Amino acid sequence: MRDAQAIGQSGEAGFSDYVALLKPRVMSLVVFTALVGVLVAPGQVHPFVAMTAILFIALGAGASGALNMWWDADIDVIMKRTAKRPIPSGRVQPGEALGFGLALSGIAVVMLALATNVLAAGLLAFTIFFYAVVYSMWLKRSTPQNIVIGGAAGAFPPMIGWVAVTGSVSIEAVLMFMLIFMWTPPHFWALALFMNEDYSKAGVPMLTVTHGKKVTRNHILVYTIALVPFAIGAGFTSIGGPIYLVVSALLNAGFLWGAWRIWQRDEAQAEADSYAVEKQVFKFSLLYLFLHFGAFLAEAAMKPYGLGGW
Amino acid sequence: MAFRAEHEIHKRRLGRNLGLGAVLVAFVALVFGLTVVKVTNVGQVQGFDHVVRPELVPATDGGKP
Repeated sequence: MRDAQAIGQSGEAGFSDYVALLKPRVMSLVVFTALVGVLVAPGQVHPFVAMTAILFIALGAGASGALNMWWDADIDVIMKRTAKRPIPSGRVQPGEALGFGLALSGIAVVMLALATNVLAAGLLAFTIFFYAVVYSMWLKRSTPQNIVIGGAAGAFPPMIGWVAVTGSVSIEAVLMFMLIFMWTPPHFWALALFMNEDYSKAGVPMLTVTHGKKVTRNHILVYTIALVPFAIGAGFTSIGGPIYLVVSALLNAGFLWGAWRIWQRDEAQAEADSYAVEKQVFKFSLLYLFLHFGAFLAEAAMKPYGLGGW
Repeated sequence: MAFRAEHEIHKRRLGRNLGLGAVLVAFVALVFGLTVVKVTNVGQVQGFDHVVRPELVPATDGGKP
């Protein structure tokens, strides 16, 4: 750590380093899913309040990212992908990141409570706790199933958006949660299949390292099959509709086909074409989630014209 | 005569201070906007103040308070 700081830029962070602590790329996904949660929820909310709610949901997610970077600085410095983050590169002190994360968590939760309701704020607080404590501190380094439970943190934003508008949790909010929750493991393990060197060096128990790639391939297939009923099921609730069902059926068929192909391959085949199928499925998984939420949005957008929904 | 040479670190510090300033101004604007929206959308915001004000009592029998 000392060496890293000596090499780093004199320990004085710029504005962009604090932005980097919030993991802006993760935040953009949170903004999108939370936005969908807000827009598909029944009931009226003033656009300014909706914007504020999304902003503070995203800020809460960013704050938990800063807390994660504070806790994981020791392994971030080992992994090539994360070695340039603000703390391992010495631009931000660990204590600063901790204070920054805690302060922003507090601001985000309080502001969300004031702008919308206490249940939404409580869910946001729980999400931050879940990501920073349950995932980062506890599960990430202790079990290869880390990503399964940790995925819940990423699954909360659309539910929080929904609760911000309606004030209560309903089946639709739960299904949006389950969609992301069940999607995360196959998505992440497809990535881990072709990225595992980094994780093994840092000693993070990724499934590919602890149980091997064959088991990981089995897990991808099983979790993808388990994901399908939630994705299709959401189509039969008030946020679904014919368009969603068609889009979802196609995407699930594609994802299942990809998972099946990953399952059938062995390491020799994968190495021969430098993990082409795994990379393809990983990219498709991003599209899968994006288009599912896009379809929810399309149904909601067409409702006023009598077209969307059931 | 400048006592200290302008260092890259000063530029970075200035950028950080301006950035924080912008964030704080945006936050003030946000709270103000939220206040305006809440106050104008909440409906009747009068309450009883020391004395009962008959016009605030919901109509029960034919509109008589």
